[in-house]
Amino acid sequence: MQIACPYCGARDAQEFAYLGDATLQRPDTSAADAQNAFHDYVYLRDNPAGAHQEFWIHSAGCRRWLRVSRHMTTHKITATQFVCDAEVAS
Amino acid sequence: MRYSLLNVIVNGLTGNRYTGPAWRDASPKPQYDVVIVGGGGHGLATAYYLAKEHGIRNVAVVEKGWIGSGNAGRNTTIFRSNYLLPGNEPFYEWSMKLWEGLEQELNYNVMVSQRGIVNLIHSDAQRDAYVRRGNAMRLAGADSELLDRAQVRALAPYLDFDNARFPIKGGLLQARAGTARHDAVVWGYARGADQLGVDIVQNCEVTGFLRDASGAVTGVETARGTIRAKKVALAVAGSSSRLAEKLDLRLPIESFVMQAFVSEAIKPLAPGVLTFGAGHFYISQSDKGGLVFGGDLDGYNSYAQRGNLPVIEDVMEGGMAVMPLLGRLRLLRQWAGLCDMSMDGSPIIDIGPLPNLYLNAAWNYGGFKATPASGWCFAHTIARDEAHPLSAAYRIDRFRTGHLIDEKGVGAQPNLH
Repeated sequence: MQIACPYCGARDAQEFAYLGDATLQRPDTSAADAQNAFHDYVYLRDNPAGAHQEFWIHSAGCRRWLRVSRHMTTHKITATQFVCDAEVAS
Repeated sequence: MRYSLLNVIVNGLTGNRYTGPAWRDASPKPQYDVVIVGGGGHGLATAYYLAKEHGIRNVAVVEKGWIGSGNAGRNTTIFRSNYLLPGNEPFYEWSMKLWEGLEQELNYNVMVSQRGIVNLIHSDAQRDAYVRRGNAMRLAGADSELLDRAQVRALAPYLDFDNARFPIKGGLLQARAGTARHDAVVWGYARGADQLGVDIVQNCEVTGFLRDASGAVTGVETARGTIRAKKVALAVAGSSSRLAEKLDLRLPIESFVMQAFVSEAIKPLAPGVLTFGAGHFYISQSDKGGLVFGGDLDGYNSYAQRGNLPVIEDVMEGGMAVMPLLGRLRLLRQWAGLCDMSMDGSPIIDIGPLPNLYLNAAWNYGGFKATPASGWCFAHTIARDEAHPLSAAYRIDRFRTGHLIDEKGVGAQPNLH
């Protein structure tokens, strides 16, 4: 599997380290139901058998965090962008 | 038909005319007391113990493909009870005791072979950790024995004892651990359950669930029609999230693939199961002679049921580091299974989270050894609507209450377990 790093180009996935689901939003610690919200945030996952948004870091390359769209049954990657750009866009 | 020596002789002399199928390939009835989704080892063991121990015989096991076609056919067939934590060790030790009597219980040759497991020790700190583990095992009634270097050398003289980075300094032996024939476990439980009246329905993928107005689960929609049930039990580890999604549930699970490998067949070499303590590599030898081995998960979420090359290289490096003679063997086969990786690396056996629903999931990469006890405890949970004392720690609400069973202690990061 190769991941197309926007800075370094297409590189072997071995150069990257994996963090996981990129759709989780850290809850507000001061909210009334923060305890429940943090349980869901830390432990529960959609774990889809289809398209998955996930964080990777190019740890043996430019060391930047990436947001990757990858399919869970085919491993086909449809989009790769820097996390900072992804957050500006959304 | 009860299998016996007389039976073998009579059938052998008469052209095997009196042998029939070991179980019926049933068609689904419209209604059951219990429908178990998943015809792997865990689902079939659950059905068997429901019928045998709890007298609930109006049961169907529905399976997407053929029984044993999922992870029951993709593991490395090892059973052991060398766990550390009190939530785990008594459960796995009960599983060990069930393995020891399984062939007599099922009247079926599941080829249980208690050939032992040795966890190799490479440093003083690791020896301390294994002494602690061995003591914890003994507290739970399991057997453990600390081996020094000479004792390990007597068992497996071909290991790389004087490796510059990872010299072998000893090992922790559990002599009662061993291997079994994975398909025979599935077939044995299927035959046992069938004889007690359980319907085993193959090629019957669950496509949805029936719910009443209160949200309770009242049955399943399948490829072979609607089946109503008073209780629906999920035993589909590897695909738990896929079925949970149909119930609008999110589980503390991510799916990963785990690879396993078999070499060409050679004469008897490995005395039992050997595990490398400085990397992640374990190896045993099948009765056909092939060396069966594996290592780490592929490190990212996947439902692909196939592995990638970097992990193959990593496993081979681990193998070569501890057992250099492997380099002279050809790799025969490689495959991958889907693992429900839970957030603390331990399984889930529980009632709910919806009314009439029962959940058996998250076996990580260690479900095979648990097959008998998983069925035993899950059957108890379904029949009595209460947790079995041995699986009481496997409740799903442990993530909410903080009672995690983090055997490896890496936190909510499933790719690292």
